Amino acid sequence: MAKKVKLPLTEETIAELKAGDNVLLSGTLYVARDAAHKRMVEALKRGEPLPFDIKGQTLYYMGPSPAPPGRPIGSAGPTTSTRMDMYTPRLLAEGLKGMIGKGIRSEEVKTATKKHKAVYLAAVGGAGALISKSIIKSDIIAYADLGPEAILRLEVTDLPATVINDIYGGDLYVEGKAKYRK
Amino acid sequence: MREIKAGAVTGAISNLFNQANYELGEDVLTALKKARQEEESPLGQEVIDTILKNADIASNERIPLCQDCGVAVVFLELGQDAHIVDGDLYTAVNEGVRQAYDEGYLRKSMVARPFSERINTGDNTPAVIHTDIVPGDRLKITVLPKGGGAENMARLGMLLPSAGRRGVVEFVVNAVDEAWSKPCPPVIIGVGIGGTAEKAASLAKHALLRKVGEPSPDSEIADLEREILEKVNNLGIGPMGYGGRITALSVHAESFPTHITSLPVAVNLQCHSARHREIVL
Ligand code: SF4
Repeated sequence: MAKKVKLPLTEETIAELKAGDNVLLSGTLYVARDAAHKRMVEALKRGEPLPFDIKGQTLYYMGPSPAPPGRPIGSAGPTTSTRMDMYTPRLLAEGLKGMIGKGIRSEEVKTATKKHKAVYLAAVGGAGALISKSIIKSDIIAYADLGPEAILRLEVTDLPATVINDIYGGDLYVEGKAKYRK
Repeated sequence: MREIKAGAVTGAISNLFNQANYELGEDVLTALKKARQEEESPLGQEVIDTILKNADIASNERIPLCQDCGVAVVFLELGQDAHIVDGDLYTAVNEGVRQAYDEGYLRKSMVARPFSERINTGDNTPAVIHTDIVPGDRLKITVLPKGGGAENMARLGMLLPSAGRRGVVEFVVNAVDEAWSKPCPPVIIGVGIGGTAEKAASLAKHALLRKVGEPSPDSEIADLEREILEKVNNLGIGPMGYGGRITALSVHAESFPTHITSLPVAVNLQCHSARHREIVL
């Protein structure tokens, strides 16, 4: 059974999440991909504020297909998280608490995730049509000039995801593979 | 000489990319349902259920199967007695791609100047076009919108001939193991063996067009495909890498004679969102 989880995440919720848990996320989250990550980290390096308060928030690594008339968004599944790895530790240090993407993270990201008591979740890649059904609102909030890579704020209801890296050092990719390897 | 209008090519390409991006083929659906029966891991079973449900939603509600609507890969088999009129063939193909991605609400993912500015071309062109000249007066068009996540896990190895069959199996299995969760497993594994570096790579891509689960007509290759599939499915990666039995749905290999000093092997992974469609004009 999937756990219902409210966004933004609280410390208590994060403490309850274990690698391998299925969750249904509801609330607000932010969408950012490589180009937006790069710009956010560059802003931080210059001592400038981020375009939104990232403390306690969750980022979804995603680049949707265009929204057809009458829908908030098009197909909206996760993209490969690796491309964000070089920027992620800096954002975790700023207070980022949740990340949703797909695929393994670097050791640096895993260490930083644990250290800052954050959590990494995966959504099913290639299930963009299904996932889009749980997105009820999508707004561009920053970096509009990046086009499809602008930062979005989403309102979601029961967005399905699976916990990959928890605060206890659990790693579903590593544990799952070991369990079924022959 | 039979005439085929360029406009007919454009229309066909546009339809095929639309169909491919909204409807998963019967062969893929059948393979996924079989995989659902065989998968032992509860999380893996749920992933396959999600993929099947996604396919339903995509076709019933007209939402693309995946937000990554791919690079527009197009295979053309042009009969030598066919004559394209009222325009040139590749312009017609690219116009079809433009129409499909623009009017079909598909994501445009192509960027020009790949190692510097990476500017989106705005209409998902140019297509990557492979053309074969064949006997006859028909034009067979196959489209394969290819997602980046899986394409990025492609590998080419120039093995020593002494590596032989074992070397080939090892190379492919390692490629899948290293790709791990990234290419959105369960995958279909395209393998090209022989020829030259670029020939092997193109065979591996072409092999993905075969119906999922259909073995090679060459019994030696079919045997190799079975062995690779068994080994890959013992890796434990499982659906989406959450751990499980089904890492690949199928292995498709193609082979070509090669140089006495060479044994090229290419691997091209296709994610479970295995979208391809064909038509003969
Ligand atoms: S690898 Fe395939 S299923 Fe996964 S995100 Fe890319 S196109 Fe979609």
